[in-house]
Amino acid sequence: MSVFTTNRRGLIKSGAVLGTGLAMPTIFTASSAAAYTNAPTGSGVTLGFNVPQSGAYADEGADELRAYKLAVEHLNGEGDGGMMNTFSSKTLQGNGILGNKVNYVSGDTQTKSDAARASAKSMIEKDGAVMITGGSSSGVAVAVQGLCQEAGVIFMAGLTHSNDTTGKDKKANGFRHFFNGYMSAAALAPVLAEMYGTDRKAYHLTADYTWGWTQQESIAAATEAKGWETVNNVLTPLATQDFSSYVAPVLNSGADILVLNHYGGNMVNSLTAAVQFGLREKQVNGKNFEIVVPLYSRLMARGAGENVKGIFGSTNWHWSLTDAGSQAFVKSFGEKYGFPPSQAAHTVYCQTLLYADAAERAGTFNPCGIAEALEGFDFDGLGNGPTHYRADDHQCFKDVLVVKGKENPTSEFDLLEVVQVTPRAQVEYAPDHPMFAGGDLGKCNPGA
Amino acid sequence: MDAIFLQVLNGLDKGSAYALIALGLTLIFGTLGVVNFAHGALFMLGAFCAVVMRKILTLSKISLDPEKTNFLGKPLEIKTTYVELWFGDFGAWMIDYSVLLSIAFAIPVMAIIGLVMERGLIKHFYSRPHADQILVTYGLAIVLQEIIKAFFGANPVPQAAPSSMGGAMDIGVLFGFAEYAVIYPYWRLIYFVFAALVIGGVFSFLRFTTFGMVVRAGMADRETVGLLGIDIDRRFTIMFGLAAAVTGVAGVMYTPILPPNYHMGMDFLVLCFVVVVVGGMGSLPGAVLAGFLLGLLESFSSMNEVKAIIPGIDQIIIYLVAIVVLLVRPRGLMGRAGMMED
Repeated sequence: MSVFTTNRRGLIKSGAVLGTGLAMPTIFTASSAAAYTNAPTGSGVTLGFNVPQSGAYADEGADELRAYKLAVEHLNGEGDGGMMNTFSSKTLQGNGILGNKVNYVSGDTQTKSDAARASAKSMIEKDGAVMITGGSSSGVAVAVQGLCQEAGVIFMAGLTHSNDTTGKDKKANGFRHFFNGYMSAAALAPVLAEMYGTDRKAYHLTADYTWGWTQQESIAAATEAKGWETVNNVLTPLATQDFSSYVAPVLNSGADILVLNHYGGNMVNSLTAAVQFGLREKQVNGKNFEIVVPLYSRLMARGAGENVKGIFGSTNWHWSLTDAGSQAFVKSFGEKYGFPPSQAAHTVYCQTLLYADAAERAGTFNPCGIAEALEGFDFDGLGNGPTHYRADDHQCFKDVLVVKGKENPTSEFDLLEVVQVTPRAQVEYAPDHPMFAGGDLGKCNPGA
Repeated sequence: MDAIFLQVLNGLDKGSAYALIALGLTLIFGTLGVVNFAHGALFMLGAFCAVVMRKILTLSKISLDPEKTNFLGKPLEIKTTYVELWFGDFGAWMIDYSVLLSIAFAIPVMAIIGLVMERGLIKHFYSRPHADQILVTYGLAIVLQEIIKAFFGANPVPQAAPSSMGGAMDIGVLFGFAEYAVIYPYWRLIYFVFAALVIGGVFSFLRFTTFGMVVRAGMADRETVGLLGIDIDRRFTIMFGLAAAVTGVAGVMYTPILPPNYHMGMDFLVLCFVVVVVGGMGSLPGAVLAGFLLGLLESFSSMNEVKAIIPGIDQIIIYLVAIVVLLVRPRGLMGRAGMMED
């Protein structure tokens, strides 16, 4: 008969051995978890969609969220696969990302930097998001990009057009598929010179924040290079509703072109005021007065109604493009939601697929592995033709569309017509271009 | 000189909107003593009455055109409005003039909204401190905003002026300026005239009707009027409805100037509170005077020549004036002696 006995020393020894044994897997787990922030531990992976669900850009945010949901469906093997079928990289198989089912959480940026940061922080810390994406404002994008850099997660920017996002505020963990102010100007200026001549005097009204400043700087430089003169640039607060006080001085300024460096509700209201004051019927310096809107979106055009007819601008993408990628996306999105996607929806859908593809190619969710996979990546089939993700500043380079408000729309969605597809080479610039100088990409931060 | 004349017109135009909203605010404060932060939302709701009216008038019969396709390659839907189907050219005229027709729609709708708001919520806060009134009405404004956003989205909804009233006129010629030196939109001029008529109508109503006389008496001494056996509360409730209707039609007529969005009321509200404070809390003439005065000041301060001397002055001028008035004459330009002075 054996009797199991124990004493204090034996208990301590046994406890130490048992504790070490139990701790072993934890140490290994902790070791791998500590390699980067929010490493997936189960069979799913969580993405954080940080979009404006209230505030001035809520409609863009709603369209972005629709596109994100569609991308998640496609990544998980539901629906028709959309642009996964046309994407030149064939790593995505509809089985999630790296075999992990894709889940998502969404937050409301309110189009405010502090709210956007708080929302992104919550998604990273509480929901375990391994990547944050979204935004419909450059101020928000720059703020959230900075947060993601500190937190050690990838930020796939949504609709942000300021040069600063991949210029002076660029970050190693941040990537932008959308084009920027410089590219808009480089594409638009030659068309404007051709349409309106080179002897023109331009008056700028500019939204007073990072996007407006860089957009104005870009379009002024590009049009001045074509012979135009910039007679004035007036900064307008983002909260301005009635632009009559800003438009009235244009009448007697000697300018024959009004450039509205405004987006969203600002653009709708400033264009409405300009048209009301008869600028489009006015003759100055023996020429017809013209209005230019450097950055267009279909959602804005709908808000401005009849006023957009014949007005030139640029856009990142338009649903009427006939390439296979665009058509696949329009079909998927249109059949699910009943209307064509906006450029905001397109860019965030692309960003989600690009992130997933980079993770597959890198074989990890580690942000540094993903960043490495995205840097210098060449791809096609996502609606913009051959595209390059430049390693120096994490900016995508692709063709840019010059559009104008359609004179005779056939439907409520048919508001813009593509005037020219500007080749990528025409909108490229050196990484150290003065308009993008002053920032430092830094090093990728994997976080924990 | 032409630039100054242009800013005078602009200031009067802005001022007429401020005056109309401030008039409603003052009516409510003067009668019920309520600081109504939901008043801007009433302006916004009025604007959306015009949107709803247009939506009703443009309800369409849908037919398919097999010859054309939509963005998905399916037969294109052709929409023909019912009013055009039923009434032909008259139907098209109704759509064109939908903003003006919306006034007839907005007056009863806004009056009912005002009455429901007063009876259902605000009357429970009469005896509560102003801070409570501000909190509850501000909360109500946010709720109303979110409801509108849920139905109409966040982006502005364009509303065209009637085609015969669109465009701009060379008003400068009438005042001796060179041709095309001062061009001003027809609709903004119409808005100014409209505002003057509404303001005149409200003053006449209060001045020349028995109902108005009782209300004015109640504003001066509510208790005594009550002791005379007059149900002053009922009249004040009606005044709340009237204030809501006035603000609502101001919103309707403003839609061709500023495409309505769910947030527009909040943007006007703060400015109009400053207008009321500068004019004198509870003073109807003060609200109108301050509305036009601040509209003019705001307009002149946004001139490039002025901003070259004091950058950013256009953003703060109204608040600067408010600070000066509160320091020098706390009761406002035309406020009763003792009001906000203790």
